[in-house]
Amino acid sequence: MTLDEILASLFPAGHDIAVRPDRLILGTGRRRNGGAIEVIGIADGEPLGIAGVLPLAERVLQVIAAGGNAPILVMVDTRGQRMARRDEMLGLNEYLAHLAKCLLLASRAGHRTVGLNYGKAAAGAFLATALATDILVALPGAAPAVMDLPSIARVTKLPEDRLKALAQTTPVFAPGLASMTEVGAVAALWDPLQPLDAQFEATLGKIPDHDVRDALGAARGGRRMASEVAQRVAAEATGDRHEAAS
Amino acid sequence: MSDTAMRGTASLDTASWFLASARERLAGLLDPGSFVEYLPPAERVQSPHLALFDLPTAFDDGMIVGRGRLDGRDVLVAAQEGQFMGGTFAEVSGAKLVGLLRAARTHADLPQKLLLLLDSGGVRLQEANAGELAVAEVMRAIVEARSAGVTVIALVGGRAGAFGGAGLTAATCSRIVISEQGRLGVTGPEVIETNQGVEEFDSQDKALVWSVTGGRTRRLIGGADAYAQDTMIGFRDAARALLDGAPAFGFRTLRAEQDRLAARQAQLGDCATSVAMWTVLGIADPAAVRDMDDADFAALAAGVKGIDHDAR
Repeated sequence: MTLDEILASLFPAGHDIAVRPDRLILGTGRRRNGGAIEVIGIADGEPLGIAGVLPLAERVLQVIAAGGNAPILVMVDTRGQRMARRDEMLGLNEYLAHLAKCLLLASRAGHRTVGLNYGKAAAGAFLATALATDILVALPGAAPAVMDLPSIARVTKLPEDRLKALAQTTPVFAPGLASMTEVGAVAALWDPLQPLDAQFEATLGKIPDHDVRDALGAARGGRRMASEVAQRVAAEATGDRHEAAS
Repeated sequence: MSDTAMRGTASLDTASWFLASARERLAGLLDPGSFVEYLPPAERVQSPHLALFDLPTAFDDGMIVGRGRLDGRDVLVAAQEGQFMGGTFAEVSGAKLVGLLRAARTHADLPQKLLLLLDSGGVRLQEANAGELAVAEVMRAIVEARSAGVTVIALVGGRAGAFGGAGLTAATCSRIVISEQGRLGVTGPEVIETNQGVEEFDSQDKALVWSVTGGRTRRLIGGADAYAQDTMIGFRDAARALLDGAPAFGFRTLRAEQDRLAARQAQLGDCATSVAMWTVLGIADPAAVRDMDDADFAALAAGVKGIDHDAR
């Protein structure tokens, strides 16, 4: 689906969402019930750098400051963080983390946050946007990844053919929507043939009140250990507190 | 420095943080005998994925979590071993940190100070999806813990630095301590050079690498909250000084961070080099920043406006 098609299907009651020349998505859509959905995002695979983070985070902070409980939709098609010496020198890690923190604060302040991956999503830009929402959904054709397979082959010094074969047996490293769904990152896949506004409303109704991604990964078999390991650490930490206090 | 010299009791305080292992750092940081480890190596909770790649595992998966005391104060600790798989976030290593953060968030009778000894190139590519998601879970857990009143302090000074997901994790913490040798960023110099060409970033130029991501640059632009000497006692003193008074996580802090980061872009965004940034910041002899000793640097940093803030 193109971005225009997605927006038309999401907001049949109208919207003022536009893609700016710098490929940032900003605007407000109308729900059938008359309420607002605040939309931020990044389009056309554009990398996310310092200049892109600031307007998006500013918008999230304005939504929080305005009060209310309008949901925030984060639409993502980005090939990753901007790779530039200047952005690194200025502390890109702080900028990307800041955007993630603003989204996490928004959901704590009553604005349910939904990530929608409809194109690429990778690495630090993925962490700063779609992975910092209450729930992440995707449309067919989305291509979330940490790093592409040729680059993984280069870094791990394993032949690409071997990696391709391994990818058939485990979702733990291979790029793609199926893998990201199995490990618990993507909660649900939307059906492009059905109206997206109804699917958005249904997604809003399913937002968990805590981070369930590790449990989801265990249930789907793509990340069997994470949830249990986290629970064991917490159990040991709380179990020893009387002994250690003495 | 030899292992013997590093472990000698008299020299422990002054042993290099940069050269030490994660366990040596914990020994140098915490009061003697105070460390209690959760899921210790004896439990052999290790990566189920590395065997696929014919790679050796570690019984702690390169992440050590537990509790101890820092000069008598109870703290939770997590330390990455940068010499095992680059200290990377993976399914097990990430989950250990997530579990510790969630425990601190939920149980107010646990220590409400958490020290995070980062030494990591980011996500472990052999477990890329699990590692990326672990970082996302860590960032959310840090925010939840901070919202519950936990202070999370990142210590950056290991050989792997703190890049990728580790760089974002550091900036999600309440405070960041860094040494001259500490490097903090997102994309490492080698990856930028591979993707954008040597004209964009020459990863072989060590002075350039340090000027872009190194501890002095981070401290002077407010990207780190304290500058530590590269010793056990250096990090211990810096961490102790930050235990109290960290900014609460909330709207006011993030509004201030937005303004701080926007002002940095406006003030320094046109600078091509770190020396150009120091000139804009009004540092009298900008070229001397790189080579001055730690004491002179600390004195210089104390005079730079805006680098101490409650906007993280």
